[in-house]
Amino acid sequence: MASHDYAVSCQNVTVRFVTEERAVTALDDVSFTVPAGGFLTLLGPSGCGKSTLLRVVADLITPGSGTVEVLGKTAAQARMDRSLGFVFQDAALLPWRTALENVALPLEVGGGLKPSSRFTSPRDLLALVGLSGWEQSYPHQLSGGMRQRVAIARALLGGPRLLLMDEPFGALDEMTRDRLNEELRRIWAETGTSILFVTHSVYEAAYLGEQVLVLSPNPGRVVRQVTIDLPRERSLALRDTPHFVEIAAELRAMLGKVTP
Amino acid sequence: MNHSPAHPSQTDLSSDEVAFAQASQKARLRRRIMPVLGVASVLLLWAALVYWLKVPPFIAPSPQMVAVTLWDKSGLLWTNLVPTMIESVAGFLLGNLAAIVIATVFVHKKTLEEAFFPVVVVINTIPVVAKAPILVLLLGNGMEPKIAIAALICFFPTLVNMVRGLESVNPQAMELMRVLSASKREVFFKLRLPHSLPYLFSALKIAASTAVIGAIVGEWIGSTLGIGALIIQATYAFDSALLYATVIVGSCFSMSFFLLISLIERLALRQTSQQNS
Repeated sequence: MASHDYAVSCQNVTVRFVTEERAVTALDDVSFTVPAGGFLTLLGPSGCGKSTLLRVVADLITPGSGTVEVLGKTAAQARMDRSLGFVFQDAALLPWRTALENVALPLEVGGGLKPSSRFTSPRDLLALVGLSGWEQSYPHQLSGGMRQRVAIARALLGGPRLLLMDEPFGALDEMTRDRLNEELRRIWAETGTSILFVTHSVYEAAYLGEQVLVLSPNPGRVVRQVTIDLPRERSLALRDTPHFVEIAAELRAMLGKVTP
Repeated sequence: MNHSPAHPSQTDLSSDEVAFAQASQKARLRRRIMPVLGVASVLLLWAALVYWLKVPPFIAPSPQMVAVTLWDKSGLLWTNLVPTMIESVAGFLLGNLAAIVIATVFVHKKTLEEAFFPVVVVINTIPVVAKAPILVLLLGNGMEPKIAIAALICFFPTLVNMVRGLESVNPQAMELMRVLSASKREVFFKLRLPHSLPYLFSALKIAASTAVIGAIVGEWIGSTLGIGALIIQATYAFDSALLYATVIVGSCFSMSFFLLISLIERLALRQTSQQNS
């Protein structure tokens, strides 16, 4: 396979942080790939460096060694080309802007969108995430789940080919989280965007991902990259099937070996 | 479901709702009347004490005397208020502008903040009354030293608040700006500056009243015009009625200045007020 068939290709990535007391190895020799159009979830306990790995791909952190290729380019090039969308754990909306103005932020900074971009209408993207009619609402008027939807719409503006998501539903209640999981699968299918999704929930990892990358902590290492053998069309009811429970148990067993 | 509709029309108000509306109107009226009654009773007590204790006018005036003085000497009071107004507003603008600019520089150049923030703290520890003579020597007897004192007194709280406002942005919003390849300028105008506005306004409200104090303290030292100068003159002349009238004029101006800034704040922060309160 040529390298541009991958949305992300990380080879031997190592990241060290130096704090005042000691040096910490956050990621140690991590290699993995996300196929173009794929959906990979990063699963691991806290301290396994999964958020760090996501930030390496987004060019927010420069790795000490190793190579990162994003859509056949360097991470920095991909970022500057607006090939990346990032959704944070906290929706990180600007409180003085309406939902619509928040989604439109990428138009106003960093030189705006490339001329060839897809998804150039903030209004259409709010509709895509199910927020038609809420355009003029301010973040404090929206629920946590709605704020995350706005953040997803903002990340999708310009039609990035890769969406990076850092535990975006971690702070939401379970019912909201389930509904957004279902919708994220739909958005993924509708937009054709590759997704790299960080979570510490086994169920979320298995339900969302076509593949799951299991990481171990201290230092962050790859345990295994598992392909999830579930149909492309997934509904929440799937999670009660014996097959899904089996997959979840398998992932949990892998985590169990690495978590003291 | 038997919950009431969201917008009940006037006609279908139940008697409970009518009673509630009347009670809340009464409460509103009460909130208006009580402070007025409070002020009136203090004035009455003041008048009664001066009358019964036969306090001589060079010690303390009666409220009637102060009212008469406010009327009779309104020309004199106005002539002296104008320079104080100019000095405090000019000092306010100068001090806060300097604070905003320096805060912006500090946020972008950390080394400068590390080097000069302690200097600013030291200057701030010098009391105003001690700074005033130094500035009079430096800047002469005109309006300049008063403006400088008013500016200095505004400067510090605004600088501290503005630095905090510019720096305390959500780290994830900063990462978002980086993912979007935003320039430093865009980060400043789209993220840091709007985020800092509530911090800035709370400092400006403090500055509005302290700027007036600064100008008045400046006028105490070798000045012939201004609210501060008039206070000194009235005191030495044992003209207590004029002294009280001057103080009242000064504090009325200070209060109006504060209210003006509060009004601007309310207009500027309409959307975010709920978020940040």
